[in-house]
Amino acid sequence: MSATTPAPTTTAAHAASAATSTVRLPSLASMALERTRIELVQFFRIRDAVIFIFAYPIVMLAIFATVFGQDGTRVGPDPGIPFAQYFLPGMVATGVLLSSFQNLAMGIATSRDEGGLKRLRATPMPPTAYFLGKIGSVLVTSLVQTVLLLASAALLFGVDLPSDAARWLTFMWVFLLGTATGAICGVAFSSVPSNGKAASALVTPIVLVLQFISGVFFQYDQLPSWMQTVASLFPLKWLAQGMRSVFLPDWARDIEPSGSWQHGATAAVLAAYLVVGLVVAVKTFQWRRRDDG
Amino acid sequence: MSTPAVQVRDLHKHYGTKRAVDGLDLTVEQGEIFAVLGPNGAGKTTTVEILEGFRHRDSGEVSVLGIDPRSADRAWRSRVGVVLQSASDHAELTVHEMVATFARYYPSARDADEVIAAVGLTDKAKTRCGQLSGGQRRRLDVALGIVGKPEMLFLDEPTTGFDPEARRSFWDLIESLRDGGTTILLTTHYMDEAERLADRCAVVRDGRVVALDEPSKLGNRARQQAHVRWTVDGRLNEERTTTPSALVAELTARFGGEVPGLEVQRPTLEDVYLELVGEVAP
Repeated sequence: MSATTPAPTTTAAHAASAATSTVRLPSLASMALERTRIELVQFFRIRDAVIFIFAYPIVMLAIFATVFGQDGTRVGPDPGIPFAQYFLPGMVATGVLLSSFQNLAMGIATSRDEGGLKRLRATPMPPTAYFLGKIGSVLVTSLVQTVLLLASAALLFGVDLPSDAARWLTFMWVFLLGTATGAICGVAFSSVPSNGKAASALVTPIVLVLQFISGVFFQYDQLPSWMQTVASLFPLKWLAQGMRSVFLPDWARDIEPSGSWQHGATAAVLAAYLVVGLVVAVKTFQWRRRDDG
Repeated sequence: MSTPAVQVRDLHKHYGTKRAVDGLDLTVEQGEIFAVLGPNGAGKTTTVEILEGFRHRDSGEVSVLGIDPRSADRAWRSRVGVVLQSASDHAELTVHEMVATFARYYPSARDADEVIAAVGLTDKAKTRCGQLSGGQRRRLDVALGIVGKPEMLFLDEPTTGFDPEARRSFWDLIESLRDGGTTILLTTHYMDEAERLADRCAVVRDGRVVALDEPSKLGNRARQQAHVRWTVDGRLNEERTTTPSALVAELTARFGGEVPGLEVQRPTLEDVYLELVGEVAP
């Protein structure tokens, strides 16, 4: 047998495999997409959570619109705003808060408890891909939830949705900024509870209180002014107000306590929470359980 | 000789006043299965987690695949496989989805079906992870640890909760990985596991290595006295000797053939281990 044939092939194959094994790591984009996909697969398999997150704003809108608007009462001076329409922006805002902040604060705390975060940390997947996957999946679920809510409002409660582009543009930036801020704050907050069970005990009341003081369940301008002041320290109030500017008629700004939609302040407060939340999340994020040494 | 896969020199790590790791030295050669034995709290897991890049050390030198895990980057992580003590995450995904998604994090991963077959979960591939039994879950953990084709694999108490049959097939799997060139470091409480798998093992006590050798030679095991027992008229005779073969030959001659009730017993790895970690065997 000739000595020339097999040897060079083997060497070449070795060199090639050594080269590929050291260089080609999967791209951040491909892993962020994969994380988004897998987060969504998981989300949609937990049926109770899916039903809760998607139905909660719709059910709440139905209850509040029915209770407050049963005898044809409207909000504000004549001609007034139907209750279903008045409460719709608050429900959009609360829906975003649920699917971003509450979902992530509880979900990440649980996953940390189960050892899932630590295991991911041991892989070459960069943490950024994990966080992008969380944000990507939250954007998708928030969007589905909001579309369902708007469709129900229009079809079941006869709410007129805006038809001009400027309002939908406002909707887009308030929605995106609100979702991103809620998601990042959820990531940051996930390190606060000591374990997964404590997370739901801690997050649920916070979300509930914010809903009551931020003009989601009550007409905002009728809340005591100290409560308005407290609420204005948190993002939900601004998110709800931004959504009111989208779904309420122009004159409704006159019944706002400030007499304006305050788009600048809304963007500033949400962006501030986004930046501070990001810094806190990056500084305090724990891949391991707290009792894990 | 090639550079060792793992090198640890004078490793120290304390929590408060407790010295979890206290001057530990360790070398794992490429391609061997290395077992770390020791009681709970001896510093096994702390040491392994420092090697995996999960914990920072106070002092000492550590290198895994030629790189300090403290400065672990993605390229290094893609060469190291980690099987942690327990994880129950991603319960909603099926076994196949879970292995396939992890495969996408690595530059040259194994085929998901192949890995699932290797850990014996093929008939569970479509089962959700949350519905697996403890032993099946553990095999999934191993699948996720090896899907990236690691050169170095860390296994922290891998067979806890396995039934004897699952344990045997797991051992075959680990040996086949070693035969494929993977270096394996495992911690275990089971002496039969160390005896069967390990090329070498270290006994850790109080954060230090107190013995290091092949399982059959650990703690001077091969040279310790063996117990030889036989019966004469229903009465048990016992003799301790360092040359059991000679004694058996002599007995065979004395009885002119079969020695009634003959038993030769060397100290087991467990006997040696218990002696080393300072517990008295019952």
